[in-house]
Amino acid sequence: MYDFEYHKPGSLADAVKLLSADPDARPISGGQTLLPALKHRLNKPTSVVDLSGIAELKGIKKEGNKLVIGALAKHFEVATSPEVKAAIPALAQMAGTIGDTQVRNRGTIGGSVANNDPAADYPSAVLGLNATIVTDKRRIAADDFFQGMFTTALEPGELLVAIEFPIPEKAGYAKMRNPASRYVMAGAFIAKTGGAVRVAINGAGPGVFRQTEMETALAANWSPDAVANIKQDADGLNSDIHGSAEYRAHLVTVMAKRAIAAAG
Amino acid sequence: MNVVTPFEGIGASVKRKEDLRFLSGRGQYTDDINRPGQTYAAILRSPHAHARIASIDTAAASAMPGVVAVFTGADMPDLGGIPCGWQIHNKDGSPMAEPMHPVLAVGKARFVGDAVAVVIGETRAQARDAAEAIAVEYEPLPAVATTEAALAPGAPLVHDGVAGNLCYDWHIGDRAVNEAAFTKAAKVVELELVNNRLVPNAMEPRAAIGDFDRTTDEYTLYTTSQNPHVIRLLMGAFVLHIPEHKLRVVAPDVGGGFGSKIFHYAEEAIVTWAAGKIGRPVKWTAERTESFITDAHGRDHVTKARLALDADGKFLALHVHTLANMGAYLSTFATSVPTYLYATLLAGVYTTPTVYAEVKAVFTNTVPVDAYRGAGRPEATFLLERLVDVAAAETGIDRLEIRRRNFIPNDAFPYQTPVALQYDSGDYTATLEQALKTADWAGFEARRAEAKARGRLRGIGISTYIEACGIAPSAVVGSLGARAGLYEVGTIRVHPTGSVTVLTGTHSHGQGHETTLAQLVTDRLGVPLAQVDIVHGDTAKIPFGMGTYGSRSLAVGGSAMVKAMDKIVAKARRIAAHLMEASVEDVEFDRGTFRVAGTDKTKSWGEIALTAYVPHNYPIEELEPGLDETAFYDPKNFTYPGGCHICEVEIEPETGITTVINFTAVDDVGRVINPMIVEGQVQGGVAQGIGQALLESCVYDGEGQLVSASFMDYQMPRANDLPPVSVATHTTLCTHNPLGVKGCGEVGAIGSPPAVINAVVDALKEYGVRHIEMPATAAKIWGIINASRPAMAAE
Ligand SMILES: Cc1cc2nc3c(=O)[nH]c(=O)nc-3n(C[C@H](O)[C@H](O)[C@H](O)COP(=O)(O)OP(=O)(O)OC[C@H]3O[C@@H](n4cnc5c(N)ncnc54)[C@H](O)[C@@H]3O)c2cc1C
Repeated sequence: MYDFEYHKPGSLADAVKLLSADPDARPISGGQTLLPALKHRLNKPTSVVDLSGIAELKGIKKEGNKLVIGALAKHFEVATSPEVKAAIPALAQMAGTIGDTQVRNRGTIGGSVANNDPAADYPSAVLGLNATIVTDKRRIAADDFFQGMFTTALEPGELLVAIEFPIPEKAGYAKMRNPASRYVMAGAFIAKTGGAVRVAINGAGPGVFRQTEMETALAANWSPDAVANIKQDADGLNSDIHGSAEYRAHLVTVMAKRAIAAAG
Repeated sequence: MNVVTPFEGIGASVKRKEDLRFLSGRGQYTDDINRPGQTYAAILRSPHAHARIASIDTAAASAMPGVVAVFTGADMPDLGGIPCGWQIHNKDGSPMAEPMHPVLAVGKARFVGDAVAVVIGETRAQARDAAEAIAVEYEPLPAVATTEAALAPGAPLVHDGVAGNLCYDWHIGDRAVNEAAFTKAAKVVELELVNNRLVPNAMEPRAAIGDFDRTTDEYTLYTTSQNPHVIRLLMGAFVLHIPEHKLRVVAPDVGGGFGSKIFHYAEEAIVTWAAGKIGRPVKWTAERTESFITDAHGRDHVTKARLALDADGKFLALHVHTLANMGAYLSTFATSVPTYLYATLLAGVYTTPTVYAEVKAVFTNTVPVDAYRGAGRPEATFLLERLVDVAAAETGIDRLEIRRRNFIPNDAFPYQTPVALQYDSGDYTATLEQALKTADWAGFEARRAEAKARGRLRGIGISTYIEACGIAPSAVVGSLGARAGLYEVGTIRVHPTGSVTVLTGTHSHGQGHETTLAQLVTDRLGVPLAQVDIVHGDTAKIPFGMGTYGSRSLAVGGSAMVKAMDKIVAKARRIAAHLMEASVEDVEFDRGTFRVAGTDKTKSWGEIALTAYVPHNYPIEELEPGLDETAFYDPKNFTYPGGCHICEVEIEPETGITTVINFTAVDDVGRVINPMIVEGQVQGGVAQGIGQALLESCVYDGEGQLVSASFMDYQMPRANDLPPVSVATHTTLCTHNPLGVKGCGEVGAIGSPPAVINAVVDALKEYGVRHIEMPATAAKIWGIINASRPAMAAE
């Protein structure tokens, strides 16, 4: 780890001020991604701005037909929150499968979504549920937010404050884990919200994406059979020592079937 | 005191004495040790698999805050190379190629991770910062990562002086006899397979602290080692030129080795040498990434084999051709693994009358490869047990039946194999039958059908194996090229009040020796377990020793203790005879009590111990005071554990995921001292075997970069990858050591991989699968299923 300054602001305004004053400052939430990167000396921020003391980023609440989850909500909180379990059980179930116990008790939804690891879990829920990302400056639709591997619409210094999830009629998530890292090899988060179906695929490609052919099929026939014969194009999918693009393409269909079965 | 405690002796599952310390975080590992004035070493490593080092500029690094010293290979002109402990000879009798392995790279870097320079700093972070400031000008060269690439005509040379990257071209067996046997075959079965490369991944990374006392000229090395005396010998005599009496090597608690901590590593020499240079202690602790790219890897064989059978399915001859990857330099025992620890096991448990094996060992631009749990024997077992299954499939003989027909029968022991070894004892039918019963082999087809109804492919696999351990008779290994003896040393130090300290030259790094070895003393001398301590791992305390590997600690180290206890008992009987005014011949000793035969005259263990140290009434003219004896034990033969492993798997065809449903191990490890510890050893070995068979994949790319250099990409087995493992033993005694023990540390890792793969192949039967390479990952299995789908649909 290289040397850096450490700040722990007590308000969102102070955090934004610190970050905008220094382009090489980095926010830190649970540190489950940033700390390993620092330890491997892959990152050299001048200062690290610890968000954990900012009340505005905390809390999980139901507001009308939306669930609003603060950026600092830990995976464990989302997994066990009565509000989340009642409103979007698939989201709670997903949170309970991220990493291990230690990771779930440190890692946050804001950190995960801001990081946009193609193999992460949450981005598929955000996209599949057509959530809105609330930052300190603006509101961003999920479709505009994720921009490929580790890239989002967030501007330098812009902070993710909360995520607003519309409450779906049905939603389900299934994934195949990478055998080594246990991140996602291929996953599908499928939701029907206000009658509209969205299928978000994570793990398989360089970023989370929507499988529109499956969305159309499911809109007509909400059942695993509707997607069973839809083949994901392997072109552009990830291929590595853990599996070829063809294998991942195949898994997309398998996970989509399972996600629908899970959604009921 | 001196109460006989039968439940603590041989055969008792007493809890491990060391576990309180380990489980409560009070172990004392190398990195827990801090010496006054200690500095920290950071090693700059080559990012290239192969590069000429044009220049190294350390000026900027030397000027960084907290930097005490910076050294490169050029600063060490007087140091020797890191030696290899076993010289193999080529087919033509010439010695193997043995290129220099400098402590720090000189002229060329030969693998990603090769040590290029070292910074000594006041803190770890300062040393690391400065290491990054060293400017190395590399001229990258083309690299070779596989044996095939290294042997290709015109391949880049890892060592300029080693033509064709060939370390040796060795063989064993009578080729002419072997070839003649093939001409008489009714059937020849051929198989090509790979024994996958593995990263050992002990939980505790390697660490070393060098210390130097200028008032006495004494060096001390604290290191994560399985054999401190061997390190003292190799490093002192060959690398640093420090005589034994000025060099102490301490291997304190060590968190797992699996072979990877047998070897003498450059970092040990670096910190010891640097401590002398700067006059302060120097500590180095590997980061996990360093472990991946510098701990000696395991296995990495590519093999072609042919098995000749007669019309009845009797094996007539086996021919084996193996390429073994040595990596960039020869690690301590690297050369012996694919030869004398591998090819000598190719008879397996079968009566195959002729075996011929040729092995080419090859240099590549990869981490050195050396012994890893099982070392050579898993490679032999995997080859044989896969080949036998393929032979069964291709002759139509049932896979149990073909094994039974070829087993070495019980009345054939001692059995001389065609590949040098002489097995002393075994009962392969008994272990097979017991395992078949435990695993309910007979009921399998019903389980397969039930799984099929659930959409799962279920398979069952078996392996009947033997291994050779308890290494080794010094004269035998010496004649085969070993540069060391392989005896063991034990001291039994009885204290005046009767408690016992044992000094053993073996080393415990998770195996539970502090318990098992103490049980030997309790059993023989009748001293309660709590009053017996085992001391190991310090050359200043232990007379000598060759360390722990090859499941030798009990068979060889325990036998040395028995010899020393024989001396103790002989002397104690003389003292007892004196006290009881009887003749020595009339004094009997049984677990703590000396008795004049046929009388009720007795003396307790404690009385004799006290008399030995307070010799007021003592035969002082004939006998020295004290009760402290040392014995060296050189084994007469290897020991030959064997047994039967059965694995049952289920494959989910949609994803290719294999789940191991259950695993049965019935092993003959000779006499069992502590059944609980044996069970733990076998379970651990099976976990590693399942890891090798299904999960662990060490991958280099064509440029020699290690792609699987972290746990993000290297799949270690975890608890939920592992099935319930049923462990049982069936004992035939070793005939040539005083304990009748064979060894249990490696059997799990040796017997299990072919059982797993045979089960996977069985599960995939309907897809026409003949062989699947390890690890049988989900992606690989799905690929097989997917590829055969059109064909099946067309049928
Ligand atoms: C062993 C292990 C296993 C894991 N397994 C999984 C898994 O299976 N699935 C999965 O999805 N993830 C997994 N993770 C990642 C984990 O979920 C992380 O917690 C998560 O990706 C990042 O969240 P964090 O709060 O720790 O973020 P941090 O590490 O603190 O930050 C991550 C990045 O986001 C930025 N950031 C943080 N908060 C904000 C914010 N409010 N606004 C803007 N930018 C911000 C940081 O600057 C940094 O660049 C694993 C991690 C580990 C260590």
